[in-house]
Amino acid sequence: MKELLEYVAKSLVNNPDDVKIDELEEGNIVTFEVHVNPDDMGRIIGKGGRIAKSIRALMKAASFKEDKKVNVEIVD
Amino acid sequence: MKFVEKRAKTVDEAVNLALEELKVSIGDVNIEILEETKPLFGILGGKEAKVRVSLKEREETSAACDFLKNVTEKLGMKTEFDTSYNEDEERIKVEIKGEGLGLLIGRRGETLDALQYLTNIIVNKKTDSYVKVTLDAENYRSRREEALVVLAKRMADKAVKYKKNMIIEPKNPYERRIIHEALQDYPGVTTYSTGEEPNRKVVVAYKGNAGGYERK
Repeated sequence: MKELLEYVAKSLVNNPDDVKIDELEEGNIVTFEVHVNPDDMGRIIGKGGRIAKSIRALMKAASFKEDKKVNVEIVD
Repeated sequence: MKFVEKRAKTVDEAVNLALEELKVSIGDVNIEILEETKPLFGILGGKEAKVRVSLKEREETSAACDFLKNVTEKLGMKTEFDTSYNEDEERIKVEIKGEGLGLLIGRRGETLDALQYLTNIIVNKKTDSYVKVTLDAENYRSRREEALVVLAKRMADKAVKYKKNMIIEPKNPYERRIIHEALQDYPGVTTYSTGEEPNRKVVVAYKGNAGGYERK
């Protein structure tokens, strides 16, 4: 799952090397904290949060496969 | 990759024949000269050229397929893509093929819509021009459209029968548009949307008494 998130995030931003993802697992809930370059915040969140929402929807599909719940948080 | 091979007296002629057959202009193709013979001794030995002309894949199309290939691979899926480009609409259509595509479609197409949105952003990131990308899998889009048209007409018939406005469950903008279009010329009703996203709903309004001419 992390690999997918990392790939999508890196594809969206202008500074892919600055993308860092922390993974926290509690029971069957996985929380990903996505760190990006401050200049790229808009590119990962999108107008009205639409990009972030789409990333979450995609990660939800990925989590079904592993029978887990997933949270994606975007932090700078 | 689509291509044709043509033989003619000169390279130019062969290329033109190929362009005619493909119905495209020279900017849309890659040309490979397979054979070109020149007469050695004046009139002896006819000139001949053979070319292979293949359709250039748009940069955006390959960018879309690259992205989708990577995403589906990371989801543990094996996929292939059929693509087409509509010049008038500036739209690339990608049909995703493979097994277990239900996961990619999601409830009410949620995942497919999300993936489509992300693909649009990524494909257009590097270029100045803007092309739209539509994704489909297992004909989900056309099946959904058919179902929405049936629903719209059923609601319209109910509105006329009960002389009442019918409200359809919240739908996304794309699906609301299909409903509006389906009922555009439908007798006895008119449609509009109400409420705020994401709970915006289509109202199928009864217009039997428009103008106050009701007589009963």
